[in-house]
Amino acid sequence: MSVASPSTAPVRVFSKNPFIAFYQSSIGKKYVVAVTALILILYVLGHLAGNLQIFIGPDRINAYAKLLHDLGPILWVVRIFLLAAFVIHIVATIQLAHENRLAKPQKYAVPGYQRSSTAARTMLVSGVIVFCFVVYHLLQFTFEVTDPRYHQLRDSLGRHDVYRMLILGFRHPLISLFYIVGLFLLTNHLSHGLASVVQTLGINNRKTANFVASGGQTLAWVVFAGYVSIPVTILLGIIK
Amino acid sequence: MSMTLDSKVPSGPLERKWSKHRGESKLVAPNNRPKFDIIIVGSGLAGASAAATLGELGYNVKCFCFQDSARRAHSIAAQGGINAAKNYQNDGDSVFRLFYDTIKGGDFRSREANVHRLAEISLNIIDQCVAQGVPFAREYGGLLANRSFGGVQVSRTFYARGQTGQQLLLGAYQALEHEVAEGTVKMYPRTEMLDLVLVDGHAKGIVVRNLVTGEISTHAADTVVLATGGYGNVFYLSTNAKGCNVTATWRAHKRGALFANPCFTQIHPTCIPVSGPYQAKLTLMSESLRNDGRVWVPDKKKDPRPPGQIPESERDYYLERKYPSFGNLVPRDIASRNAKEVCDEGRGVGPSGLGVYLDFSDAIKRHGEDTIRERYGNLFEMYQNITNEDAYKTPMRIYPAVHYTMGGLWVDYNLMSTIPGLHVLGEANFSDHGANRLGASALMQGLSDGYFVIPSTIANYLATQLGKKVSANRPEFKAAESEVRLRINRLLSIKGKKSVTTFHRELGLLVWDKCGMARDAQGLKDALQKIPALREEFWQNVNVLGDGAEFNQALEHAGRVADFLEFAELMCLDALDRKESCGCHFRLESQTKEGEALRDDEHYCYVSAWEYTGPNTPANLVMEPLTFEYVKLSQRSYK
Amino acid sequence: MNFKLKVWRQKNAVSPGSFKDYDAKDIPSEASFLEMLDIVNESLTGNSEDPIEFDSDCREGICGMCSLVINGIPHGPGKGTTCQVYMRRFTDGDTIWIEPFRAAAFSPIKDLVVDRSAFDRIIQAGGYIVVRTGSAPEANSLPVPKHNADLAMEAAACIGCGACVAACPNSSAMLFVAAKVSHLGLLPQGQAERETRAIHMVREMDELGFGNCRNYYECEAICPAEISATFIARLNRDYAAASAQEALTV
Repeated sequence: MSVASPSTAPVRVFSKNPFIAFYQSSIGKKYVVAVTALILILYVLGHLAGNLQIFIGPDRINAYAKLLHDLGPILWVVRIFLLAAFVIHIVATIQLAHENRLAKPQKYAVPGYQRSSTAARTMLVSGVIVFCFVVYHLLQFTFEVTDPRYHQLRDSLGRHDVYRMLILGFRHPLISLFYIVGLFLLTNHLSHGLASVVQTLGINNRKTANFVASGGQTLAWVVFAGYVSIPVTILLGIIK
Repeated sequence: MSMTLDSKVPSGPLERKWSKHRGESKLVAPNNRPKFDIIIVGSGLAGASAAATLGELGYNVKCFCFQDSARRAHSIAAQGGINAAKNYQNDGDSVFRLFYDTIKGGDFRSREANVHRLAEISLNIIDQCVAQGVPFAREYGGLLANRSFGGVQVSRTFYARGQTGQQLLLGAYQALEHEVAEGTVKMYPRTEMLDLVLVDGHAKGIVVRNLVTGEISTHAADTVVLATGGYGNVFYLSTNAKGCNVTATWRAHKRGALFANPCFTQIHPTCIPVSGPYQAKLTLMSESLRNDGRVWVPDKKKDPRPPGQIPESERDYYLERKYPSFGNLVPRDIASRNAKEVCDEGRGVGPSGLGVYLDFSDAIKRHGEDTIRERYGNLFEMYQNITNEDAYKTPMRIYPAVHYTMGGLWVDYNLMSTIPGLHVLGEANFSDHGANRLGASALMQGLSDGYFVIPSTIANYLATQLGKKVSANRPEFKAAESEVRLRINRLLSIKGKKSVTTFHRELGLLVWDKCGMARDAQGLKDALQKIPALREEFWQNVNVLGDGAEFNQALEHAGRVADFLEFAELMCLDALDRKESCGCHFRLESQTKEGEALRDDEHYCYVSAWEYTGPNTPANLVMEPLTFEYVKLSQRSYK
Repeated sequence: MNFKLKVWRQKNAVSPGSFKDYDAKDIPSEASFLEMLDIVNESLTGNSEDPIEFDSDCREGICGMCSLVINGIPHGPGKGTTCQVYMRRFTDGDTIWIEPFRAAAFSPIKDLVVDRSAFDRIIQAGGYIVVRTGSAPEANSLPVPKHNADLAMEAAACIGCGACVAACPNSSAMLFVAAKVSHLGLLPQGQAERETRAIHMVREMDELGFGNCRNYYECEAICPAEISATFIARLNRDYAAASAQEALTV
């Protein structure tokens, strides 16, 4: 005779296998999102450090590109690892988002958000656009399909002339603009994501909470400034 | 009709009665326990702790509460703390001293044996709760902290911030939910008991209404335990939760359980004054405020000046003046009565004139605002939120409000009522607080009854019931169920002109006026005239909309108010009968030259237990004489 | 004061609901929000219109029974519960939207009343320390560092109202679960069941259809008991450690 109320909530059933069960749980899935995010963040920082070498000169960045290329199979292992992290990050996020939608079937007539930032509430949107941006970015500079000339660029030492490729690429204001917008959304994504990783991995506490929140945002904007400095300086003709 | 009450208090020396009783009590063997069904109504401290413990022992428990979860029972609102004679402070406390303070605080109107048992068990309660994870305040060394509370001279109160009741209830609730998970307890939230079912004179079941669907059903069991709290809401305005009601105990009373000392109602001195007729509930401010606040009113009647402009020489710190040794820390009944007195003289403050100042300016001068903020910050915030006044700058206004009811169903030493098989725990029974409850003692009693007393004494009844199981198909159940249905249909069919709340408010004003902080024969007789008339009008003119087969809060409220309208009469009758003043019961005819309560031990040293005799005949008084072997009856003095 | 109310009315769990307009007239500014609704209900009853059903009990901010969403904010403006909101917070003539707590795991009962028994189920899954009554050791035999005791008290202050779930855009119950797991996990008495408690409570929460935490902290912002979201980080840590232990000891 207890109250039988029809719940619209979906039913989750847990596996007996502890690893699968971990992934099935909300916290487990979020852990996976956070760990893959951490990998991607480290990549974003590493990639930035690499790119900024453009300011040292063509020789330095072309040498750096050659160094990476000469890694051969190791490079592919890293690439596959990153790709896997990227895919898992996206798949887990989509699953979480789907569950979240089911958990809140009806929204309030008047939104009464008190704390959450727009960045936090638009993680999915910024994530999707960042995804498109990354795909374009790979097509342009990794697979070099957007402009056939990129492939032939060689510097005086016969190395692939990454320096020229960047200048050619970013001289187009539209492409630069697209990059800046893409990076802006990545920054938005990171400004919530960085602190979120710390919280989800459970390393946050009340002594660190404020620092983590502001530190995450600061780092995100540092990343933005770093990356954007390249198209901007090229557009302005500072780097030729 | 004559009836004698057997309290079943064991013989022997006071301090050995409880252990002797346990040694001599009957037992139910572990393999037999699952054969017994126990119904528990109420899931506050007493109900939840009893349900958890009885479930753990292996009995089959069904627990009912009207709230949406066991965790919401009104025990949760207790702020101050819980007493225990641990003597951790090495300040001379002992089981005997706690016993003595409680007996004296109750103005010698409770049973020695029960109160001593309570004091003994207080030790086990703290152990139990700490082990459950109740986060009591601690000292830097990691050991438990204590504070002094409610006009006693030792520090024996354990506390968890200002939320002790909440934390103790959550401890009991969690233990209860563990038993639910184990399958020994089945919980029925949002389900209200509307009648008790007797089979051959024994309590064997209840009729309930599912408050969500409106469905009426019956449940059979081998014994019924009521832990349904107090009846303070008979006054409409009280510090009780909106849902608190007398229905379960009143229905049991009408089925034959004697109701003891209904006129013993405690009025708490430090509540926020009433601000208007729309008000639904009064808010208590912790008694601890009186440790630092000074109570005063202006010398002049109807003084229009704001408090800051009234010079020191024109203020009357009346508690300090009249009770130099206890001052602002006099027990609750005395503080309340004096507040009423000065307001009756026309010296009350605030828009309604029903309020006195509780002034912290001296304490702030002495200790600094930060210290006061540390001690009472949350209370000051709460006060500001409700009244829009800053108590750091201007004195608080306080006024007494109904808070706790010492009266309840009569029970013997086994906590069984006069109906065989009906047990009553916590505030719902009358047993331990006499005419006045001391601060931090309610939580102690609820948990003592639930965790430690009933799990042991219930076997005395159950052991006699093996093989006597009754089914809910018996005609007694059908009859009780159809009575309940009839009553609900009647309430819904009146469709009169006045809302349930209007009647409740009228009743409240009447009993507050005539049977509140001070009572006299004239007023009580007047109330006894008016209550039946109001009840009559209620059944002619109440307007309850909607129907019974759905969620219908007005209907729930109507049933409860209908019972209050019957109960209020008994309360006034009891107050009229007891011509002495004792504890919270102050009869204007019985006071000392100084205007203090004057007890009459020669004529009133008894428990008034009232027997229901029918709808239109006055209840029959049965007395349980109180004898005191270990304490000397003395006039309470806090001068 | 006068207000225009837009109140969610819903006959029962299966009927669809909608907003209805009501006028709240001559409301004293000292009235609480629930008293304002009481006044409206009195006048509805007088006009033979069904009163608006809403939950409340202690009306002093501790029982956790009241549960309205006022202008999109669970428990309305300011700190504390709905019953502690006073009308002076609003401006004369305001339009006020009143809705029930919304979450798939809290199914509607009637009007503004919802079923929050899912919280009881989460506690049943492990929100306790098992102590047979009477078998507890002497209370002072196990000292608890004051800092831990204070922190445990902070977490234990949760009133179980469900506003965290109502405020969360994903209806996540993480703050509720984190508060209980932290309260018991911070105390030495709670260590024996610490891992199983975290695992069972989190999985029960998931099975009941609460959403996932996305670190919005809407829960922390509206929590009437001011439970800190850093307890969620603590829960994440405890859950991961417990899962690792579970995986390694299988």
